[in-house]
Amino acid sequence: MGHLTAEEKSAITALWAKVNVEEIGGEALGRLLVVYPWTQRFFEHFGDLSTADAVMKNASVKSHGKKVLASFSEGLKHLDNLKGTFAELSELHCDKLHVDPENFRLLGNVLVVVLARHFGKEFTPELQTAFQKLVADVANALAHKYH
Amino acid sequence: MVLEAADRAAVRALWLKLGSNVGVYTTEALERTFQAFPSTKTYFLHLDLSPGSAQVTEHGQKVADALTLAVDHLDDLPSALSALRELHAHKLRVDPVKFKLLVHCLLVTLARHYPGDFSPSLQASLDKFLSHVISALAPNCH
Repeated sequence: MGHLTAEEKSAITALWAKVNVEEIGGEALGRLLVVYPWTQRFFEHFGDLSTADAVMKNASVKSHGKKVLASFSEGLKHLDNLKGTFAELSELHCDKLHVDPENFRLLGNVLVVVLARHFGKEFTPELQTAFQKLVADVANALAHKYH
Repeated sequence: MVLEAADRAAVRALWLKLGSNVGVYTTEALERTFQAFPSTKTYFLHLDLSPGSAQVTEHGQKVADALTLAVDHLDDLPSALSALRELHAHKLRVDPVKFKLLVHCLLVTLARHYPGDFSPSLQASLDKFLSHVISALAPNCH
């Protein structure tokens, strides 16, 4: 994946300032669970995930989605050192949560779709390109400590 | 591999709504694919890929026509898409992974143009439909 240019970093930061982390996080995680139902394997303790509607309204999904995106937001402050920033989370996802890193890539792409839905006209091909690089970098950083 | 009734209904309803604009969205999806995933350009050395290129628009319309064909033959995609499979798998020899990138960009495009319609369940139905199309284009599909 290409390196983020200075313009791309600015464009990402500018859009992110308008992102409601709670709303977007909940929607992205919800859509992941609906569109790729095998991802529900990590969330059996979340209660009712039986229909798309149940998933999107599920309080645990919303809360966890917010947590995930808040963490992603933190990463945006350290674009030059994503591996360092996400080192502990990487170990957690490998050693305790046993999440296949492929899921980080799936979630990254779902996030891009959600941003496109919310930002419409603003979500130009250039901005999408910047975000694709970003989500790939974050996914790689989260996979970095796997052993 | 057959699409469930609810997914088919959702895809058909969306296609009715898109009407004659399918080509507009597939063209935008192609442009986004080339920009966000530059490795895909390696399959299009014969086309002018600059922004607004008439050749990309023309190719976008071909993709649109193929997807519309697919929507009209949800009962038997492998058969309906056999000529396209022959072309992509054996003549053009496209790595099937690349189709997923175009599908992703098509979802991005549709999400931004139809935010109100693009519910999680429509996204799921579209994703399944397009996965079926990708499978039907794969070399080992009979």
